[in-house]
Amino acid sequence: MKGDVIVEVRGVTKSYGGRAVLHGVDFDVLRGKTNVIIGPSGSGKSVMMRQLIRLEEPDGGQILFDGVDIAHAKGKALSALRRRFGMVFQHSALFDFMNVFDNVAFPLREHTKLSRAEIRDRVFHRLETLGIADAAYKMPPELSGGMQRRVAVARALVLETELVVYDEPTTGLDPLTTRTVDELILEAGERFGLTSVVISHDMASVFRIADTVTVLHFGHVIASTTPDRIMDEVTDEVREFILASGVSPTSVMRGRASSRDEGP
Amino acid sequence: MAEAERTSTQIRTWLTSVLTEAARLVLTPFAEIGTLYKMLVSAVFAIFRPPFRVGNYVAAIEFVGIGSIFIVSLTGFFTGAVLGLQLVENFRKVGLENQTSAVVGFGLARELGPVFTALMVSSRAGSAMAAQLGSMRVSSQIDALKTMAVHPIQYLVSPRLVAGLVTVPILTAIFNVVAVFGAWLVSVKMLALDSGIFLDNLKQQLQPEDITHGLVKASVFGVAVCLIACRQGYHTSGGAEGVGRATNRAVVHSAIAILALDYVLTALSLGQGLF
Ligand SMILES: Nc1ncnc2c1ncn2[C@@H]1O[C@H](COP(=O)(O)OP(=O)(O)OP(=O)(O)O)[C@@H](O)[C@H]1O
Ligand SMILES: [Mg+2]
Repeated sequence: MKGDVIVEVRGVTKSYGGRAVLHGVDFDVLRGKTNVIIGPSGSGKSVMMRQLIRLEEPDGGQILFDGVDIAHAKGKALSALRRRFGMVFQHSALFDFMNVFDNVAFPLREHTKLSRAEIRDRVFHRLETLGIADAAYKMPPELSGGMQRRVAVARALVLETELVVYDEPTTGLDPLTTRTVDELILEAGERFGLTSVVISHDMASVFRIADTVTVLHFGHVIASTTPDRIMDEVTDEVREFILASGVSPTSVMRGRASSRDEGP
Repeated sequence: MAEAERTSTQIRTWLTSVLTEAARLVLTPFAEIGTLYKMLVSAVFAIFRPPFRVGNYVAAIEFVGIGSIFIVSLTGFFTGAVLGLQLVENFRKVGLENQTSAVVGFGLARELGPVFTALMVSSRAGSAMAAQLGSMRVSSQIDALKTMAVHPIQYLVSPRLVAGLVTVPILTAIFNVVAVFGAWLVSVKMLALDSGIFLDNLKQQLQPEDITHGLVKASVFGVAVCLIACRQGYHTSGGAEGVGRATNRAVVHSAIAILALDYVLTALSLGQGLF
């Protein structure tokens, strides 16, 4: 697998209370690409993401971000580092004491010197793209799960950071919204040269957006390749896992290639 | 033979578990104080570091202070009334009923005011704070703050500690005034004490030191209550059930802390040493 690597994950281990969750994970995140991570429930995908964006400190191993080991960054360096990452959490993690508008505006208010009007424009632009502008002044608990997810995506993308991690951004969304979110992930990547790391269970979605696919299986990476080669490089068990979704990679990918060609 | 061996193994495991439990009982409070201390230091330093989010402080002061005025006044009124009732009746038997207001004032200013106010703030605002931060923790909102490079202690804990520091003394003053009114109402209007004597004795006997002593205590309790609530909320684990446990522990730990600190501060101010 060649390409410009933005993050190299090398031998990362993590345990909670003596129970190992990650047993030396290795994979590369390619710059400006959509890097998808799949794997069964409980295999440590969310835990891996928390190490990747340095929300937690790994027990061992290295995470080289542009060649610099960030696994043990502290203080100011850590704070500067986090400003380069965005994250969509598995359960949205919207601030429930703020309305939707303030949630999306939050990173802008914290980290930019934009004027009120500029913030307003940017936030509404994001909300409109995601079809949730009507909900701008609602509180998060008043929204459906799918709407909350879209707000979380808007919040993660509003700062245009270098690397955005999406933890199951489309799980539980209807097919149409799933497609919108997928397109948004691709568009954000293409427009800003943003690197995306997406955790997903939704195989149709995976084959639509992935440039690379990494399979995490109970704390081990068992395959890391391109989507068209995934079926050849994995064990029977994983092939079954993929086929269980009822999606065949080739058909979806052909669809994706043609829909991309039709674009302007 | 085998029987004896089994019994001795049983005794050994039993002894080990008793000893571990005892060690845990002794060590837990120290570990807890350590955790609280670390959070306190981190929150205090964060107050003086930019960015300064004034809105968060205003919101916290409003939540702890304004939100507690009603319940503090209500409990203050009944505390004063029951003191008046007890003291007038019993002092009358020994001809000391005119001292009622002095005793009420002294007791309220130095002890009852700060302690009762802090207990009420803990059960109303402290528990809510623990629940708030706890639910933020279990729904990854605190992690979200971190990923946006916002210092969660600075954002969430510092304003709440300042709110405790500032509002609990003010609430204590309100508690005391309402309580004296309650005592006056019962003593004068119900039990026919002379109003002039009641007020004169109060003015003469109550020293400014009594009041400052009480207000200093109230500030300490205010910080302690909010710190404990934040600590329990911030380190919540285990979903919705964990939030419930955190809330519960916040109230229990606060009550213990208030009474223990009350003893320490009183002993220190009386120059008696701690024990
Ligand atoms: N903070 C934590 N403390 C203890 N154990 C944890 C913690 N976080 C995760 N785990 C454990 O790590 C394992 C992997 O969890 P993780 O959330 O990464 O799974 P996942 O691959 O994201 O699964 P899903 O697809 O269901 O989201 C689980 O067994 C979980 O119980
Ligand atoms: Mg997960």
